[in-house]
Amino acid sequence: MTDAPVLLEMRSITKTFPGVTALADVNLVVRAGEIHAICGENGAGKSTLMKVLSGVHPHGTYSGGILYQGEEVRFGGIRASEQAGIVIIHQELALVPGMSITENIFLGNEPRRRGAIDWKAAQRRALELMELVGLQEDPDTLIKDIGVGKQQLVEIAKAFAKDVKLLILDEPTAALNEADSRHLLDLLRGFRDRGITSIIISHKLNEIAAVADFITILRDGRTIESLDVRADGVNEDRIVRGMVGRELSSRFPEHTPHIGEVFFEVRDWTVRHPISADRLVCKGSGFTVRRGEIVGFAGLMGAGRTELAMSLFGRSYGVHLSGQVFKDGKEIQLRSVAEAIRHGLAYVSEDRKAIGLNLLDDVKTSMVAAKPSKISTYGVIDPVLEHRVAEEYRESLRIKTPSVDEGVTKLSGGNQQKVVLAKWMFTDPDLLILDEPTRGIDVGAKYEIYGIIQKLADQGKGVIVISSELPELIGLCDRIYTVFEGTITGDVPRRDADPELLMKQMTSTKKTPTP
Amino acid sequence: MSRIKDLQKNLFGGTTSNARQFGMIFTLVAIVLLFQIWTDGLTLTSGNLIAVAAQYSYILILAIGMLMVIVAGHIDLSVGSIAAFTGIVVAKAMQEFAIPWPPAIVLGLVVGALIGAWQGFWVAYVGVPAFIVTLAGMLLFRGGNQYIGNADTVPVPTGFRQIGAGFLPEVGPNTGYNNLTLLLGLAACVGVVWREWKARRTRREMNADAAPMWISALRLAVMVGVIVFATLRFAGGRVGTSLPISGIILIALVLAYSFYTRNTVGGRHIYAVGGNARAAELSGVKLKRVNFMVMLNMSVLAALAGMIFVARSAASGPQDGLNWELDAIAAVFIGGAAVSGGLGTISGSIVGGLVMALLNNGLQLEGVGIDKVQMIKGLVLLLAVALDVYNKKQGRFSIIGSLLRQFRRDGPASPPSDPGSATTPDKARVAG
Repeated sequence: MTDAPVLLEMRSITKTFPGVTALADVNLVVRAGEIHAICGENGAGKSTLMKVLSGVHPHGTYSGGILYQGEEVRFGGIRASEQAGIVIIHQELALVPGMSITENIFLGNEPRRRGAIDWKAAQRRALELMELVGLQEDPDTLIKDIGVGKQQLVEIAKAFAKDVKLLILDEPTAALNEADSRHLLDLLRGFRDRGITSIIISHKLNEIAAVADFITILRDGRTIESLDVRADGVNEDRIVRGMVGRELSSRFPEHTPHIGEVFFEVRDWTVRHPISADRLVCKGSGFTVRRGEIVGFAGLMGAGRTELAMSLFGRSYGVHLSGQVFKDGKEIQLRSVAEAIRHGLAYVSEDRKAIGLNLLDDVKTSMVAAKPSKISTYGVIDPVLEHRVAEEYRESLRIKTPSVDEGVTKLSGGNQQKVVLAKWMFTDPDLLILDEPTRGIDVGAKYEIYGIIQKLADQGKGVIVISSELPELIGLCDRIYTVFEGTITGDVPRRDADPELLMKQMTSTKKTPTP
Repeated sequence: MSRIKDLQKNLFGGTTSNARQFGMIFTLVAIVLLFQIWTDGLTLTSGNLIAVAAQYSYILILAIGMLMVIVAGHIDLSVGSIAAFTGIVVAKAMQEFAIPWPPAIVLGLVVGALIGAWQGFWVAYVGVPAFIVTLAGMLLFRGGNQYIGNADTVPVPTGFRQIGAGFLPEVGPNTGYNNLTLLLGLAACVGVVWREWKARRTRREMNADAAPMWISALRLAVMVGVIVFATLRFAGGRVGTSLPISGIILIALVLAYSFYTRNTVGGRHIYAVGGNARAAELSGVKLKRVNFMVMLNMSVLAALAGMIFVARSAASGPQDGLNWELDAIAAVFIGGAAVSGGLGTISGSIVGGLVMALLNNGLQLEGVGIDKVQMIKGLVLLLAVALDVYNKKQGRFSIIGSLLRQFRRDGPASPPSDPGSATTPDKARVAG
């Protein structure tokens, strides 16, 4: 295998965004005809690396070089990389639901005869491609009428319609069931036997260990190691070790917790998906939070952590089926966001741009948005008071902005996040749910936000931190729940928190007994 | 350049969102001056100004409601039909049932509120896009007008006509002017001085540097000058005329709604819903109620505008209010509101409406035909918004532009995805 010619070599790729280094000196070598897996935690830089490769981040926006089939390439966009035979299939499938399989396969690439689309040829070719990927369907079936697994196959067929040489699959099995996943992995093996090279990004380590020839592990935007699966006898544990690393650096402020009584408890919380009636996103979840405690929720994407948080916060997600919430020993109802805020809950969403902030607002307006009654009498806003409140938060949270009248979009990610934190601190919450509070912000700002979280806990508030970064949870939290497929699979106190243990509980339905 | 910007910011007390209004005020002044010269001074005569105020006040009243609808992220195409429908109901009620005019006005407002509740229900609680609901309403209430009125005109009694064609009475000593209009002008002058003083005090309390004194003085001088000029013109018309009653209603509404949109929690919620509905909802804003109230309010204002129009033309007819929605929408967009919602001000919309009104008036004074007037108005709307789009692309004061840059900047964060939306049922995916 190692004798095969190198198809792709990415050399010391560095990609920075203002304030954040997404990739630092990353190297990747892929040989022709292999299945190469890229592993790493969320935020390790996998997707960014693939975006560099496929031209989404065009040449010139990164440093380093890409050698493809022995030549240096400089892709200016997706079209250029596709012409070279590099096709990327994203998690969110790029299919048009109202069009047929054939139409989708040839979308943007329609076979023509004298200017018109040659549907006969398209149909014929579509059948060939569908056979290639093992898809048995009428090619006239609409995409919306077939399952996700088959849609994935259509995507792959579409890639083959473009004469693919290097197929990149980003989390291809994330949305698939067992059987579909198995079929897809078999398909990849079949491609390998025909000499087609694949890069696969996946969180499902068992699949990777089973199917990949080589594994490159990224962590914090750096290449950690490249493993030869056969030669090195790689198993899941070995990959986990590479992903999470050994050392937990001192990225967290010193903190001695002052933990009090349990004051918040959720029992048997069951919520179904807003659209599919048979899909439960939270299955009988129960947990407790003590005063002054920072509680972590660990899980892979799609595990149902955000869904749990948002469904608690005034039923903002899904359809509530059952469950009770107790605060200070009394059952409370949280039927609307306003009610949740009144009961002292605050939810800082994982996506501050899409649902956390009104990007048209300025800093001070954003800060008071969740409880304007505190700066108004009979509904009339007191601008002086508003200004004073905003200035206080600007000072205490050290928000870097020329003035509180500045638009929030002018601030960096870290400072925006502090504005959102201020917005919810202003509601005087007893329980703060912070969903990915440090996503997309740099290390320095992370440190400050950890400090703010610890200070909130020291004021006797309960803090729930949902994060996809295990080191963050382990460094910050007093206790960590693990979530897998809507079920809470573990409750790990700080002293036992260990990345490998957590990762295991996050990826298995079996409840691991709490050590 | 930056000095000019500073001046502009200080003079108009503005943030970025006021920048377009700033441009529009100059456009307005330019249009006034242009027509003043072109019509040999006819534009700024007392008679013409009074006529303009009476003729366009109802469009401006609609623009107030439309601004709030558009800020909340909707549109209302039915206002002209609602105005016509209310007009005929009120006219018929007075004619057939001999209802006196004061309760008839209340009846008109109630009819507007009921229609608004009907449309608000579909928009806010069922979730039908406002475009569709009000397109349906446009047909429904236009037809309703013709059904009730038998496609005929119905006259209204004299008392009722006051709200559209009435003037302030002549009282007090003979000064050669309408005394009540003079008093109003005086009150307005005191008002702007008081406001400026209060604004300076507020700035001081915030520990922010207030604008230099001479800026305040200059701004006051300009505003007081305009008010004095307008007062003398409106007061100095033909005996028996003054600032029209409809103009007074308009001014009262502008003041009230400006205050509401700028200084109250309820007003802020409208902007929050238009800026980011999901974020507003997650901050405890009652999304449905805001949408409902915005649509309801629009219909009440449309009913008022309809009654003023009927009062002015002394009868309600089947063609009343035709294309009003388009004038109102154009005024709001010329006045700087964003098509996507969340941005815009009452004062901007009024300026936008005045631009349209004076353009109309000036062209008509010059005897330009209605065909050409429409073409010119269409081009002005297009140019006003295109200029704004162009400015954004050039990276000058750009509101939406700066947002887009921001999105690009934060590449490593995951693409915005909403766990509640149908297309991404799974938890928002983390890049990496």
